[in-house]
Amino acid sequence: MNKEILGVLLTFGFSLLIAIPLGKTIARWLNGEKTIWNFMAPLERFIYKVCGINPAEEMTWQQHMKALLTINLIWFVYAFVLLISQGSLLLNPDGNPSQSPDLAFNTAISFLVNCNLQHYSGESGLTYLTQVFVIAFLQFVSAATGIAAVFVLFKALRDKVTDHLGNYWVFFTQSITRILLPISLVIATLLAFNGTPTSFEGKDSYLSLQGDTVQVARGPAAGMIAIKHLGTNGGGWFGVNSAHPLENPNYFTNTVELIAQVIVPIALVFAFGFYLKRRKLSTVIFAVMTLGFLSLLLPAMVSELGGNPAIEKLGIAQTTGAMEGKEQRFGPAISSYWSIVTTIISTGSVNSMHDSSMPLSGAMLLLGMMTNAFYGGCGVGILNFFIYLIIAVFISGLMVGRTPEFLGRKIEAREMKIASMIAILHPLLILAGTALSSWVLVHHPEADWAVKPGNWLNNPGAHGFSEMLYEYTSAAANNGSGFEGLGDNNLFWNISTGFVLILSRFLPIIGPIAIAGLLAKKKYIPESAGTLRSDSYTFGLMIFAVIVILAALAFFPALTLGPLAEYFSI
Amino acid sequence: MKKYIQPSIKLSLVMLILCCVIYFGLVALIGKASRGGGNGETILVNNKVVGYERIGQKFTEDRYFWSRPSAVDYNAAGSAGSNKGPSNPDYLKIVQERIDTFLVHHPGVGKEQIPADMVTASASGLDPNISPAAARLQVGRVAKFRGLEEASVNALVEQHIEKNPIGPDVVHVLKLNIALDALK
Repeated sequence: MNKEILGVLLTFGFSLLIAIPLGKTIARWLNGEKTIWNFMAPLERFIYKVCGINPAEEMTWQQHMKALLTINLIWFVYAFVLLISQGSLLLNPDGNPSQSPDLAFNTAISFLVNCNLQHYSGESGLTYLTQVFVIAFLQFVSAATGIAAVFVLFKALRDKVTDHLGNYWVFFTQSITRILLPISLVIATLLAFNGTPTSFEGKDSYLSLQGDTVQVARGPAAGMIAIKHLGTNGGGWFGVNSAHPLENPNYFTNTVELIAQVIVPIALVFAFGFYLKRRKLSTVIFAVMTLGFLSLLLPAMVSELGGNPAIEKLGIAQTTGAMEGKEQRFGPAISSYWSIVTTIISTGSVNSMHDSSMPLSGAMLLLGMMTNAFYGGCGVGILNFFIYLIIAVFISGLMVGRTPEFLGRKIEAREMKIASMIAILHPLLILAGTALSSWVLVHHPEADWAVKPGNWLNNPGAHGFSEMLYEYTSAAANNGSGFEGLGDNNLFWNISTGFVLILSRFLPIIGPIAIAGLLAKKKYIPESAGTLRSDSYTFGLMIFAVIVILAALAFFPALTLGPLAEYFSI
Repeated sequence: MKKYIQPSIKLSLVMLILCCVIYFGLVALIGKASRGGGNGETILVNNKVVGYERIGQKFTEDRYFWSRPSAVDYNAAGSAGSNKGPSNPDYLKIVQERIDTFLVHHPGVGKEQIPADMVTASASGLDPNISPAAARLQVGRVAKFRGLEEASVNALVEQHIEKNPIGPDVVHVLKLNIALDALK
């Protein structure tokens, strides 16, 4: 048992060893200094030329958002059209059908917004064409969208009194050419040499040792698995995601995939400090995030290693911990580490089935997505954290009786209104969605959808409620993991989570960018003895308290009905 | 908005070429150098494919070491876990049945000896491994059914334990059973 915990510590340690230097180089290149990434510059210049982009053109925050929304809209249309017609297009060796319009709507949005909720199974629901040219494509560009957005925030908070916040197309292109593409290639190579398929061959069939004829679904999965983690996307090639032995063949690849999903979010936290020349601020933010991470990880890991009490009552010793929905080669320690990482980072890839996790870990997974700011997704993690930070600045400003200010700019009514709206949006979408689905389930169990509401849930009682709560939480956090027992491929879930996905992606990007853009134009007030320092650990605790209080007030009742009720009844 | 449409479309096309055509092409090329040539590694017995290195197989007969329970019956055309919650009464009934079946086939084994992995379904339904304890517990049955010495089957199991210094040790069920077939 102890050696499994050593594995967890080593994985986290290696993640930091890669993430911190990466953060440093990101800051240097944003600063215009020469870095190792400069070898990509000729390719980037070529791209700008072909696309008619003037990289020197500086944009305001509004122009950035217009560019972001326009290109996202184009991707949505493109993805939707391909998904509803994939059955009759190229690269479909297994003869899989086209997606229904409601499923295609959900899938296109889900990958567009970096969520990767999957209401289909990759083996039968997509073709190689759509896997590569829709799913993997959106995994690259949606991650780059998040990173580009956070670069706008960096710019806005650094330059004193400006509305020149860099060029969106440049940020976007560089995110791909300098981070996502080269690192993905390394990860894909490691996966390929450990047994993940890379070729475009279709399903294979063979006679097993015991005499059963079985099939094996395959395909060029390695490339997608690399970007799905690096870009904190999470949508897998196969139905069970990274629990599949071809998607995650051994303990080594498991470690690679775990490291891949945290390096960009953590690197961006450090890049923030290096770029603003306020390294202490980064350290404080990182400490708050890590504190949040650990307070979710420990209860989850302890309850998974302890095993299922209900199975213990049947007389099974469970010396290796809870094993339902877990793979033997990973075991419960690193699996519970993975499940917490994937929910706080907004990756949503899984190497164990979250639906079968212990009640207490289920609650921790939900909380990870409900707070959604401990490290967080590519770029958007910091944007979410920024909202909490602004609220913490405001509250502490009121407490000591001074005008709240952050990095030399006054936080006033307009910024606070935006921050409050974004902070309320997240619980509103989750709780209203869950309430709606519960109402439909109870009052219209026989509604004529692909899966009747009466058959939605795979588990009775409190756990069934958790399945619905998890689905909306995952959608609103743009996470993409699920309590997969839920029968979610039908009109109700495809459409309702689709709208939750759109709202919870673009508003929480536009909100923080708007705040930063407004702050950037304000008069700069140099720090004095009376300034509330934002880069102190006291203030860090303040942010943590704000996160805890907001999450507890909003979500505690729902958690009580779901995982906590199950915990006390088991 | 209008001035953003043209660069958006052009940039999207460029990225499609870069991230889908070039990147996936490169990965496919690199994969050719791996074992299995990027098609997935297979295991051959007498030049016949009997399985995939990474994919578990269904073993329920008494002459073989059993695999873990699976929600998809080890057909790798798909993949799934059971998604059963820990407190689900129907699920606990299934676990109880698995315990009973195991006890019937392994006289002399006590309930508390059964490792959790033998009575719970894996995440993928395709788990190629079982725990060393699960393999050791089946030695008596397999040896008796095949008329082999327990000591030689035991030795085979010990040979097939793959040690992991930072994770769980595992036994590859298919490889163990192939070696078992060759033992006579």
